[in-house]
Order: sequence, then C-alpha cells, then structure tokens
Amino acid sequence: MLSCREATELMSQEQDRPLTLRERVGLRLHVLICAACTNYRQQMSVLRAACRRFGSGGTP
Amino acid sequence: MDPDRQTELNALRPDLLRFARLQLRDASAAEDAVQETLLAALQGSHRFENRSSYKTWLISILRHKIIDIIRSQNREITASSLADDEDGDDGLTETLFERGGHWQRDAAPARWADPDASFEQRQFWAVFEACLDHLPAKTARVFMMREFLGFDTDEICKETGISTSNCWVVLHRARMGLRTCLETKWFVGAGSPGC
Ligand SMILES: [Zn+2]
Repeated sequence: MLSCREATELMSQEQDRPLTLRERVGLRLHVLICAACTNYRQQMSVLRAACRRFGSGGTP
Repeated sequence: MDPDRQTELNALRPDLLRFARLQLRDASAAEDAVQETLLAALQGSHRFENRSSYKTWLISILRHKIIDIIRSQNREITASSLADDEDGDDGLTETLFERGGHWQRDAAPARWADPDASFEQRQFWAVFEACLDHLPAKTARVFMMREFLGFDTDEICKETGISTSNCWVVLHRARMGLRTCLETKWFVGAGSPGC
C-alpha cells in the first residue's frame, strides 16, 4: 500500500509523464480510501489550471 | 498608433514586467524581455488577432522572449545549488508528513472550494504570484519552465543539465510548496471566499 507521501509524488509525476499500470492502480486504490490525498489530487488539477491561465495572460 | 492602444500598453506593462521577473529572477533581463516584447508588438512583427485579448497576445510574445533568454543563457543547475534550494524549503515535507508517510493531522489537504470563482479575483492572483515568488529560485525556474513556458521534462533536462528523476523531484517540491502556500494564504486562510 502506498503511503500518502508516495501518493503525492505520483500525483505530481502524473502531470509530467504517463504512470505505469502498477503506479496507476496503486494510486487509484490509495485515493479511494484517503480523503486527504483525494483533495490533494484536486489541488494539483486546480494548480495546473491556474498555471495555464496565468501563463497565457488570462488573469483579470 | 492609436492612443487607446498606447494607453492599454502602458497599463499592461507592470503585469508583463512582473511576469518576466517571476521567471527570470533578474530585473534587467526582465526589463529587456518586456522592451523587446513591446517593440515587437508596436512593429507589428507579431500579428494581433482579435480572437484573444491584447494582454494574452502580449504575454504570448513575452513567453517567446523569455524562452529565448533562457536558451541563450544556457543556465546550468548544479546538484549543489539544488541542495541549497532544498535547505530553503524549510524541510516542508517533514512538517507535512508523519514518519510513516501519512499526513500530519493538521496538515491534511482540504478541498478547495470553487476555484473558478477565485480565478476571477485579482486578489487571488496577487497571492498566487507571492507564493510563486516564495519558492526557492532554482525550483521556481524549473517549475515555470514546465508550467508557463510549456517545456517537457526532457527539454528541462537539456536546458538545465539536471537528470529526469531530479526534475520530477524538483517539480514535486514546487507543487507541494505552492499548494501549501495557496491553501494557507487563500483557500483556507484569510481572504478565502469561505468553504
Ligand atoms: Zn493519502
């Protein structure tokens, strides 16, 4: 079973490379039972969206 | 040139300068990049398409100037300078995780309520910039190459001389630092629209 710390590493890396099947399954299992890491994953996608917006000059 | 456009350009200049400074961390290089951007815009060497806003258009020119500067400087990141960054990190991961690798009780990430509403607020972006600025320099540079300039990890390795696995570590650290900062300074802390 992945620890939260390991899960956060994979949640970062999934933004930069395709995860292996084993990593994907491990991560899916972890977030199913871990609310904190589910929130972390949401934050990673918010961060990505914020960066897209900021980097393209789309801020108010 | 039409005076409205001139006014608009002057109004956007500080935004452009902050954008360049965040990424280059070098005031005079940032100034150069912005000057060249304005020059290119005025000379019409890049065409303004009405589909996008004027700011979006200028930022896209500026992004190319920043990439040119980064490429020409060929700034290598040494292992020791990355280690300095790690020290500047205040051992963030140690304060967030227990020894077994689980979140410390009061460090568990919260769900961020309605991020789209935050994106519409100028104040959010001021916090976002402050959090970026707070990242250690090398870490920030790698992160911004990835997220703002659209480099993939291979290109980052080539430009900076760091290994792929190092690159992942640095990006992870940057994201962890940034989300921790945004969570405390915006989404959960003061200024938050409330959850
Ligand atoms: Zn977890």
